[in-house]
This record gives sequence, C-alpha cells and structure tokens, in this order.
Amino acid sequence: MTPYDIYDYDVLIIGAGGAGLRAAIEAAATGVSVGLICKSLLGKAHTVMAEGGVAAALANVDERDSWKVHFTDTMRGGQYLNNWRMAELHAIEAPDRVRELEAWGALFDRTKDGRILQRNFGGHKYPRLAHVGDRTGLEMIRTLQDHGIHSGMEVHMEHTIITLLKEGDRVTGAFGYEREKGRFVIFRAKAIVLATGGIGRAYKITSNSWEYTGDGQSLAYHAGAELMDMEFVQFHPTGMVWPPSVQGILVTEGVRGEGGILLNKEKQRFMFQDIPELYRNQTADNEEEGWRYTQGDRQARRPPELLTRDHVARCIVRQIKEGKGSPHNGVYLDISWINSKLPNAAEHIRKKLPSMYHQFIKLADIDITKEPMEVGPTTHYVMGGIRVDADTQMSTTVPGLFAAGECAAGLHGANRLGGNSLSDLLVFGKRAGEYAAKFAREHTHASVSEATVATAAKAALAPFERTKGENPFQLQYDLQEMMQNLAGIVRREDELQQAMEELKKLQARAEEVKVSGNREYNGGWHTALDLRNLLTVSEAVARSAIERKESVGAHFREDYPTKDTTGAKYNLVAAKGADGAMQIRREPLPPIRADLQQIIEEMK
Amino acid sequence: MKKATFRIWRGDANGGKFEQYTIDIAEGMVVLDAVHQVQAQQANDLSVRWNCKAGKCGSCSAEINGRPKLMCMTRLSDLPLDQPVLLEPMKAFPLIRDLVTDVSWNYRAKKMIRPFKPRKPDAADGTWRMDQADIDRVQEFRKCIECYLCQDVCHVLREHQLNNVFIGPRLLVYSASLEMHPLDVEDRLEALKKAHGIGYCNITKCCTTVCPEEITITDNAIIPLKERVADRFYDPLKRIFRFLRSKTSSLKH
Repeated sequence: MTPYDIYDYDVLIIGAGGAGLRAAIEAAATGVSVGLICKSLLGKAHTVMAEGGVAAALANVDERDSWKVHFTDTMRGGQYLNNWRMAELHAIEAPDRVRELEAWGALFDRTKDGRILQRNFGGHKYPRLAHVGDRTGLEMIRTLQDHGIHSGMEVHMEHTIITLLKEGDRVTGAFGYEREKGRFVIFRAKAIVLATGGIGRAYKITSNSWEYTGDGQSLAYHAGAELMDMEFVQFHPTGMVWPPSVQGILVTEGVRGEGGILLNKEKQRFMFQDIPELYRNQTADNEEEGWRYTQGDRQARRPPELLTRDHVARCIVRQIKEGKGSPHNGVYLDISWINSKLPNAAEHIRKKLPSMYHQFIKLADIDITKEPMEVGPTTHYVMGGIRVDADTQMSTTVPGLFAAGECAAGLHGANRLGGNSLSDLLVFGKRAGEYAAKFAREHTHASVSEATVATAAKAALAPFERTKGENPFQLQYDLQEMMQNLAGIVRREDELQQAMEELKKLQARAEEVKVSGNREYNGGWHTALDLRNLLTVSEAVARSAIERKESVGAHFREDYPTKDTTGAKYNLVAAKGADGAMQIRREPLPPIRADLQQIIEEMK
Repeated sequence: MKKATFRIWRGDANGGKFEQYTIDIAEGMVVLDAVHQVQAQQANDLSVRWNCKAGKCGSCSAEINGRPKLMCMTRLSDLPLDQPVLLEPMKAFPLIRDLVTDVSWNYRAKKMIRPFKPRKPDAADGTWRMDQADIDRVQEFRKCIECYLCQDVCHVLREHQLNNVFIGPRLLVYSASLEMHPLDVEDRLEALKKAHGIGYCNITKCCTTVCPEEITITDNAIIPLKERVADRFYDPLKRIFRFLRSKTSSLKH
C-alpha cells in the first residue's frame, strides 16, 4: 500500500471559492460525507475579490425585470453561443440562490422599502445586481464559509491536487500535496466536483490571484474530459495601469454603473463613437440620457460605457493604438465629474465605491472623488472550461466528475456579463453538489490506481533531483509575457501560430525546471507544479483561437474582423487524442428550444 | 536604478535567522512586490502566503519594521529605505516557515461561536425587510478580511498566549456582527462571558490601530458587547428595564 495519508469521502470538492463552497453545502445537506479542498486558506479564494454584485432578476428596483429578460440579456451578451439550457436555469434559479444567502446571514445593501437593492451593470437591461458597496464577493464567500463550517464538511486548507485518479472511465479519487510539510495525500471519492476557477495567471496583466493557474481545466483534460470555448478569454476593460506594480488590479464596472465615464486624452467620451447594431436600440444616444439612466430614470437608455465588456475593452485598445490614450497607456475613467451633477458627490462616491476609493488612495495616490483614474484592459475571466451537462454539471465524458463556476463552460458563451459570475457559481455550485451527492449515493468506492499515484509522485519530486535546470518563476514569466503578446485581446493567425511554437519550447523547458530547498511551504516548488496546468490551458486557448477564424464576443481576430460570413454557429471542443496530442473539433450549436427562441425574438 | 535592502526572517519552528536581500525598486512598489522579487530571483524556496495583492483577501499579513501590516498594501515609498526593511512573520501564531504562520486556531475558534439564526421571514415570500440604517453598523464589521493582524497585536494573545480562554478581537467583531444583525435571534452573551472570555480585553485599542479595513473594533464592536454582557450578568434591574423598553419600542413599530 502507498505510504501516503488517505482520506475517504462520498463527495470531494476541489476548490473553495463560491462554487466549491456552495457545492459542498448542498452535498453535505443531503447527508453524504464531504471533503473540501482549498488551495489557500478558507475564505481567501478569488471570489473574495468580486466587487460589483450578483445578477439575479429579483425585480426589487424595476418590476419590469424577470428571468426572461435576464435570460435574453445573458444570451445576447454571449453572442448566442451560450448553452441555452444553462442560461435558462441560471436566470430562473438565481433569485432563490441570492435570497438563500440572506437567510444565511448576508447583508446586501437595501432599497428604501427594506428589500435587497440592485444596481446597473453592463449588458443588463434593468438594475439587477444585488450588492454590498463594492465588496460583494467578500460578503458572499464569508456567508458561505460561515454557514458551511457548520454543515459537517471537512476542510483541507492549503492543499493542491496534482492529478485525478480513475478506474476505467470513472473518476475515483485525487492525488495532491499539503503545503505546510509538502506531504502527499490521497483522496478517495465516489464523486468529485471541480470548482477551481480560472486561468488568468497565464497572462502577464491580470486581475487574478496566483491560484488561477487553470488547475481544474487541466486536471479534467488529462483525465479525459472535454474543454469547450477556450478561445473566449475575457479582458475586463478597466484594470489599473499605474504604478507598474498594481497593473492589472481590477477597477469595478460598478464605477460606470454609478455614472463613471470613459474619456481619451482629448477628453472625448469615445464610447459614443461605436455602438454595435445588436445594442443600438438599448443604448443612449446622448450624454444626458446616459446620466439619467444611471440615476434610475426608467425611460432613459443605458450609456455606452455600460455596453458589454468585450466591446468596451476593444474600444479602449483602439483609443490607445490611435495615440489617444493616457500617459501610461490607458484611458481615463472619471467618476469625479458627477460633482457637477450631485450635491455631496464625494461622500456618495465613498459610500458606493469604498474599496475603489481606498485602493486608489493607497496604491496610486489618486483621490477618485477629485480626479480621473487611468485604466486599461486586464485578463479577468475565462468563459470556456470543462464541458458539462447543463442540468447536472457532470462532465460529458468522465462519469463522476462534475464542474461548476468559472472552470466549467457553457453559461456565458462568447462573453460574460458582469455579475453573472457570482450568480453562476451559486446556481451551478448548488446543482453540482446536488448531483454529485446523488451520483455518490448510487455508486460505491472504487479503487484508485497505485501506478498513477506512483508516477505522479515521482514527476512531482523530479525538480528537486535536478542539479541544474530552469527557475520555475522565470518560466512562468516567460509564458505570461508570450500569452499576453501573442494570444491576448487582439489576435492574428501568424501570432497564434508563433504562440504554438513558443508553447512547445516552454513545454520542453518545463520538463527541466529545478527547485531548491525542501518540500516545506516551498513557493518555487508550487510554481513548478502549477506550470503543467498553465501550459495545458494556454495550449487550449491558442489552438481554439487559431481554429475560430472570425471575430465574436471576447475573441477578436484582426485578420477576420467580422463574424463568420457563412453564418456557421459552433462551439470549439478540445480533447486529448489517442496519441496524447490535443485535438480541437467544431461542435454545432444544439438547436434552442422553441419557447426560448420566442422569448429572444420578443425582446429584440 | 534605485535599490532597497530587506532583512527577511528565514527559518521554521526549530530556529532561523534574518537573511539580507537587496533588490532594484520601481515606482509604486509594495512590500509584497519586493518579497516576490526576492523569491523569483534570489530565494526560490522563500515561504510567503498571499492571494489577491489588492488588500481584499487578508493573506499576506506580516510584521514590517515591527508593525503588523498587509504586505500588499504597504508601499515602499512610505518606509525609510536608507536602512534595511525588517520583515518578520506574525508573532502571535506558531511559525510554519519564513513569513508564514499557522493561523488555523482562528478557524477552530470561530467554529465554536454559535452561527447565524434568523427570525421568521417578514413577508409571505420568505424574505425580510431591513432598513439600511439598521445594517450600517453590521456592514462595518462585515468588511473584515480575516487578516488576523488584530489577533497578532492583541497582548492577551500575543504576550499571554491566552487563546484557550479568549477568542480575540477578530472573533469578537464576528460575534458583534451576529449579535447586532437585525435578523439574528441566537443568544451568545453567556458564551462571550465564559468560553470566549470577553472580560480579558482591557480596551487598549491596539487592534483598532492595526486594522487595514479601518474597522473601529474596540469602540463599535467590543465595548457594546461588553455592555450587553454586563447588563445581562451584573445589573438585574437594568436588565428588566431594557426588557420592558424593548417591548414598548417593538409595539411602536
């Protein structure tokens, strides 16, 4: 038998952000045993950084809102490449998931009549985001954490999974290490939920934390699961650009929701110059109307700053390329201008956007109530991920393996709307937990492959045995620099092909990394082990981006600047071929149910 | 290029020493950037805990020139760089390695506090009504990012190691956020007095001074809790009066 500690659970959840915690709570509530693995400490996962709010058609602020409008907004924002069933479930169930948080202690900001307040956000027709100032993610993760610790789950903090274990097709466990001593650990489970978040650390400029190395996508892929839509990486339009050390840190869309405007160095509101056809009817055609919208005028249409993130990010890039950017290669985001509109504007801004105020004063010496911020696009989110069944969240190809939240694909199509991520992880976290528990009740424990464990352990320790080799941090920097330059916000065939060449070299170099010291809390070793995941997801992004020869949603091809002229509609699926190489295939969009198509037509 | 020198604690529970590292610095750098640069270029195996690098997750707590701070929110331009910057792990917790400490006690202690228990919903659809004015003070407590700097600086925990009888400022703030939650009906006063040792706090306000979220820990959370405990256990007349007053005020609604 292996010399490692072994834990047995009915359901093992890998990842302890919003989706993982919500899945764990749901699974534990059904009475099965649940283990929850956190890469960091509990409550520190990336959900904590979500700012603007959670989208749900509660209709507290505007009674014209309903799940149907939310569904349509989500599909339109995703350029109709979304999985329509997931978009339907998400829009219908999000309000209950938000109200449930209140029953668990969350304190959202209130309307005048004491209900949950909702704010405007890009691509949402009505004020829809339940929020707590600009720290909604913290409120959510803390609520789930404080509720979850009393639900019977066992929490393994600072553990990282390096491979999934299978018997036949079915997933039966996971193998990883704990950070403190560097000891290996085996988890046996009847069902596993992946909730590991995104891939932002594959890029140099990112709003994502160190944990976001594509672990779930990569673990699933190597275990035989399919990845989908990996070409769709969201670059959030507004990240900090100055000083250099804070480059990429998120500036919430809530700034624009509260009336913030985008300006170039000539002080022009350039967003009015390019309003896409799909949104023309919903967008203000003058500044005054845009302002009235942000102040709750129900007859007004939204300002162009609140168009979808893919579009706003591209408009910003264009301004910078045309030489109209700000001194540090960004544009201006100005909320201080509302001083001319509101009495006590400074106080209002500090109340509505407290962490933005704090962040800019502390890190950039900018008082956002008095002067504009400098912002530019930052890697923020991946729409693509593990391909799953819409209702159960189980992998399309690996029985017993579930995925929820950012690491799963489908809901957001080609572009995610702000606020739909927090609702995504609640709705589908719950579903993944529920169906994983059901799967666990219907199956018994199966053996885990000792050979796989032995191979993984040996590979993981190899960097210690090399007397010479590469610095893992340097390799990660080189990968990030390369992806930023060759597979970023604006893409071209020749650059993407070059990215593939560079990836081959980086993969070879990754086989030669060397780490020093011992296995205890060794940052170099952890970075070395994360490299495989980063390289796998980067390859999936680059290959998919080459294959989609059109511009749609977040995927912009300079050499194919329009949508596919033949009208072909498909998702791209990445899977490991028999020879071990990554294969990309086109999967035609499944036909949408007639009643849902009708809803979309009615709201055009 | 400008340079700065850091003396960083390297070692584990068995001992260690300060190592000196000199790096190039750029405009706007924070201490965590400097630590990352040291880790990437000079000491790959340096142990440091961090996540968001934006002051939102509370992972990178350490003692910078002897002061408990978040490394990601401490700018080099605010430190005297004509001498080495001293970087040490938090002292109130057992050392794991280098700048990383074992903060798991906070998680175990939190689990002992009775969880949120709401009153019956106010509306037929199962929802509640709350005025913003009534939740403002609890929202202050809920800003807490659990960095545990307040625990680190609390002399009851730091000097006297009384963590078996005292839950510390972070968890008193947590208790206050539950006790003052408009919907909560659970009773935690007896536990606060006995198992959680609120009496050990003698209001030196060190916790409030170090809180990166600027939560007024002592004045807004701990003192009101102390008053509630005192009212319950040390002043029976006042208790009856308060009980009657709460009845009449609830009738007015």
